[in-house]
Amino acid sequence: MDFDLTKEQQQLGDSIQRFVAREYAFEKRKGILRSEEGMSREVWAHLAEMGLLALQVPEEHGGMGGAPIETMLAMNGVGRGLLLEPYLASAVVATTLLRELGSPAQQGELFPAMAAGERIVVLAHDEPGARYDLTQVSTKATRAGDGYALSGQKSVVVHAPSADLLLVSARTGSGVSLFLVPWDAKGVSLAAYRTLDGRRAADVTLSEVRAGREALVGAEGAALDVIVSVNDVAIAAACAEAVGALEALLQTTVEYSKSRKQFGVPIGTFQALQHRMVEMLIHVEQAKSMSYLASLRSDEKDLQARARVMSAAKVIVGRACRNVGQEAVQIHGGMGMTEEFHASHYFRRLAALELSFGDTEHHLEKFALNSAEAT
Amino acid sequence: MDLSFTPEENAFRQAVRSFVQSRLPADIQKRTLEGRKQTHDDYKRWHRLLYEQGWGAPTWPKEYGGPGWGAVEQYIFEEESAAAGAPLLSPFGLKMVGPVIYTFGSDAQKERFLPRIRSAEHSWCQGYSEPGSGSDLASLKTRAERRGDGYVVNGQKTWITHAQYADYIFCLVRTDPKAKQQQGISFLLIDMKTPGITVRPIVTMDGGKEINEVFFEDVHVPVENRVGEENAGWTYAKFLLGHERTNIAGVAVSKRELRRLKHIASEERKNGKPLIEDPAFAARIAQVEIDLWALEITNLRVVSAEKEKRAPGPEVSLLKIKGTEIQQALTELMMLARGPSALGLLNDADAFRPAAAYCNLRKTSIYGGSNEIQKNIISRTILGL
Repeated sequence: MDFDLTKEQQQLGDSIQRFVAREYAFEKRKGILRSEEGMSREVWAHLAEMGLLALQVPEEHGGMGGAPIETMLAMNGVGRGLLLEPYLASAVVATTLLRELGSPAQQGELFPAMAAGERIVVLAHDEPGARYDLTQVSTKATRAGDGYALSGQKSVVVHAPSADLLLVSARTGSGVSLFLVPWDAKGVSLAAYRTLDGRRAADVTLSEVRAGREALVGAEGAALDVIVSVNDVAIAAACAEAVGALEALLQTTVEYSKSRKQFGVPIGTFQALQHRMVEMLIHVEQAKSMSYLASLRSDEKDLQARARVMSAAKVIVGRACRNVGQEAVQIHGGMGMTEEFHASHYFRRLAALELSFGDTEHHLEKFALNSAEAT
Repeated sequence: MDLSFTPEENAFRQAVRSFVQSRLPADIQKRTLEGRKQTHDDYKRWHRLLYEQGWGAPTWPKEYGGPGWGAVEQYIFEEESAAAGAPLLSPFGLKMVGPVIYTFGSDAQKERFLPRIRSAEHSWCQGYSEPGSGSDLASLKTRAERRGDGYVVNGQKTWITHAQYADYIFCLVRTDPKAKQQQGISFLLIDMKTPGITVRPIVTMDGGKEINEVFFEDVHVPVENRVGEENAGWTYAKFLLGHERTNIAGVAVSKRELRRLKHIASEERKNGKPLIEDPAFAARIAQVEIDLWALEITNLRVVSAEKEKRAPGPEVSLLKIKGTEIQQALTELMMLARGPSALGLLNDADAFRPAAAYCNLRKTSIYGGSNEIQKNIISRTILGL
């Protein structure tokens, strides 16, 4: 039993942290946030150069084939730097889906381009009213000619406006199937907006979108289990991103409390604030523990056991996101409220992470049901 | 990064498990698993059985008669013992004064005291707090004046757990009233049978008589019962406070108590169904279970750092805070699970009394350095505030 990183992992982690500190300084990020696309293609290319877009790519395509700990380290950096690029959506979720389900032809075409940062693919699965229930899919794919016609609604598809391809889930007969749909395919329309943490997202409407047989990812009707399973990988990654952001925000808050003076002394000398920051630290450490566990178990074969780990991790991390986010803003005072200062950006990203892949209450309930069945 | 135990560690776990299963007396086991109180003799009975196995001092190094287990083995031992319903061994000799004696004591002290702690012949208690000195321990006033070949001790100690059973008390006393607070304190080992010592029980709100006041009136203590240097007692006290680490979170016991909570919640009924299926109550259990799981991993992080001889730092304070919060939450939920019937069980001394346990466990966030003191420690040492 140990919590040590290998030398290579240590180096990878260091290089990501250095990259974030050097290339993603807060002022530079502000520019990216304000830009038309809301992400930086230059940064994306840089992440590709570092090999970070290939962590989920199978080894035969030059990637690392999963690499849970490396993914965790990458996500720590993404969280610390508040990266706006679609790392989680494309390099983790979509790449893992394609690894599990993609045909040799699809993998051969997409993986080199995705690993090089030339193609962005995102999953369009959630639908209005589904509320974290991954099994609720109403979008339909009906047989049409040699292929399919897709119709339905997908909601809050984060990074859809930057995606070259959408991985659209749709009902085919009794099962759910996945399709690769180009963003500009006829019948696809995006209603784009910004999410609370400044990312570009869209509600996607599909009306009679034609997809050929080659667009089907995996066997017809066999996608849902894999989508559910990859959601666990996404939870582990989101927890690691949260940990990176939580650590940075705690550090920022402690530093601020040492420099900000009131009544002639730093506010960090007040015990009322010290104890609140200690509570924040406890949340961060507990979140880190569960993030380790989630990453270590993200390739666990016992799916029920794995679901329990992910729910537990999401509950601990979700509560940490809320506590640390709220307390950081409070301790920063008025500065914490501003767009100008970084605390509010962390606050918003942490709130967004809590709402992603099942919120705290969703996972608490799921864990409780799961426990009752187990006793 | 790897959370699995080695084959050797798993074999060790099996050995502990089969020992506890075969040797733990059934009556003691039943009482623990049902949450009932053990008597002092029961604790001793279990300690003696461990001693016969060579495990009388599980956390001690070989040279002082311990098994020489590392942090992981100690963790596994605690986990298996607690899970099987073995009572916790009294910490005052084994985890507190023992390590102080073998680290700072004289050869004569080592020879005289260590074997008797290990074999459960001597029971110990801890004389730290005073009526005016709680969290501010260094303000203590109990006076030890040098006279001839010994000290004459006068003063009062309070909150002394199990003083009524103890053969010895280790005490912090003021030997130099002129020195700055921490610098005039010495560490004495005092025979509880010495004339001038009076023990008076303090009844706590659960009806329990665990704790006592201990009065010292012209108590003569031979100088050879002083540990280390005169006026250096604070150093030994700090060492002691930082020594017991692997089990400070109480994860193993809390895991057992969580199982008991689930058992109670499956016996009780609400709206015609087992309480454990009530969504609101199930969510409260789930929250504690998840908190405990995270604490277990945090604890393992500390154990693994210790294994590699990296001294665990102030994160131990974190384990204490979170561990005690969880212990308290578990007794609270057991009481709530029993519902109105929890009110009626206060008087039956031999039954599990969830309301009494709820009252009793409030102590955990107060003793061993209150949770607020732990927060001050974290604030100063980890956050640098």
